[in-house]
Amino acid sequence: MIVAERKPFDEIKESIQDYKKVLVVGCGTCVAVCLTGGEKEVGVLSAELKLSQKAESAPAVFGEATVQRQCDFEFLDEIKDIVGEYDALLSMACGAGIQFLAERYPEIPVFPAVDTTFIGVNKDVGWYEERCRACGSCALAMTGGICPVTMCAKSLFNGPCGGTNQGSCEINKDQPCAWYMIHERLSKQGRLDNIMKICPPNDWRNQTPQTLIQPGYEERIESSK
Amino acid sequence: MKSGSQLEKILTAGHFAFTGELGPPRGTNIEAIKKKAAPLKGMVDAVNITDNQTAVVRMSSMAASLFAIAEGLEPNYQMVCRDRNRLAMQGDILGAYAHGIRNMLCLSGDHQQFGDHPQSKGVFDIDSTQLINMVKNMRDEGTFLNGQEIDEPPKMFIGAAANPFAEPFEWRIFRLAKKIQAGADFVQTQCVFNMERMREWIKRANDMGLSEKAYILPGVTPMKSLGMARYMKAKVPGMDVPDYVIDRLKGVDKKDQADEGIKMACEQIAEFKEMKGVAGVHLMAIEWEHKVPEIAERAGMLPRPQV
Repeated sequence: MIVAERKPFDEIKESIQDYKKVLVVGCGTCVAVCLTGGEKEVGVLSAELKLSQKAESAPAVFGEATVQRQCDFEFLDEIKDIVGEYDALLSMACGAGIQFLAERYPEIPVFPAVDTTFIGVNKDVGWYEERCRACGSCALAMTGGICPVTMCAKSLFNGPCGGTNQGSCEINKDQPCAWYMIHERLSKQGRLDNIMKICPPNDWRNQTPQTLIQPGYEERIESSK
Repeated sequence: MKSGSQLEKILTAGHFAFTGELGPPRGTNIEAIKKKAAPLKGMVDAVNITDNQTAVVRMSSMAASLFAIAEGLEPNYQMVCRDRNRLAMQGDILGAYAHGIRNMLCLSGDHQQFGDHPQSKGVFDIDSTQLINMVKNMRDEGTFLNGQEIDEPPKMFIGAAANPFAEPFEWRIFRLAKKIQAGADFVQTQCVFNMERMREWIKRANDMGLSEKAYILPGVTPMKSLGMARYMKAKVPGMDVPDYVIDRLKGVDKKDQADEGIKMACEQIAEFKEMKGVAGVHLMAIEWEHKVPEIAERAGMLPRPQV
């Protein structure tokens, strides 16, 4: 899933201070699972915003709405009848969702309430860890299912570096060394041959905005343009 | 000859090589470079010019290498993967060679988190093994990484780093093998303090024929004090300082610790001179350049051979 972290409250408050009617828009998918931007968090944030405004003369109005996925126009359409009542939208979705919300309602200013942090896994309730950088050329077959791009702080393809520290990364004792783990796993699987050969420089395919059209959908998409 | 550098000539002639190190200044202070360079002249065959070492901004290693040449030293131009992508690297390699630089040490680089700009974006477009291979292909095939032809290719004597002490120990020798296969002509190791492990590592390198394919120069760092030894043991990742090193420094008066440190370094050098598979020593006298003549003298490394 895509993991995000709520922005500091003061930053959120400052970003919308010039608006009197703000709709806080949550997303029911990734950011709901990581307890950052779902329906519950929308309620918490708008309550906090209301509370912090009590002392001021003309309190702003905060509405709440949570759609299943902000990265999908079909779901964004669900709020089309209410957005007109607001002069700003505060999105709690990931960066993709925030942008799609702004694209769907281009006449209304949209502000982010979260920082999108990584593609990760659910280690436990409230505990998430990064696993993928979406580099576009997956190396997991070579490395025993451990990503050298994400899990190695230097994204080495021929590791580990000299800074590896008894199984930990040089940047932090608590961060395991990806290449130590890769070696251990491949060794146990009898697949060390995978990393004996020199891995050539990577083809970084995530350096320009990416588009994917599945086979069979080309015509449909061409005709809709 | 691959590059015709002094270091290459010394090594191919079978002499026991001796290299030093010079960290560029944190500013434009040319006098500081001259001051560090003066005691190294005639004492070592080549001088590593570090590249933003420990991820702290300094004068570029290429510029400092050129000042080293002007001071009569032969630079071993260090390049890390942290700060440049493949375009900048190849461009710098062309410029370095055109300016007379003939040795290069190819490194991953310490992570930027350790340095003075921890917010910076680490590049790591390619890794150190890939960099070695790129420089080799630039030299031997006359091509850029993309396969296109170079108009007068740069011919570098290519160095790699190795850490015989990091885990997993059994993998280290294979990583060295990969770097040599990628094109490393010589290898400088992390500072050696644990001699037992070093002997075992060199033995494995000999058994695999690696010391015949590349010249191996163990890194020697004289301890200036007990405090330095303790710091390196506790704080520097990948450093293996056995208790017997600490105990020996502890056993002498504080004022004699620096001398004891030099004595220990000289003993290591003496052993390396006799060790099969070792082609020289890389002396990293950290912020102790002025002591290099004394260490060179006491280690019996003088005079340096003329080739």
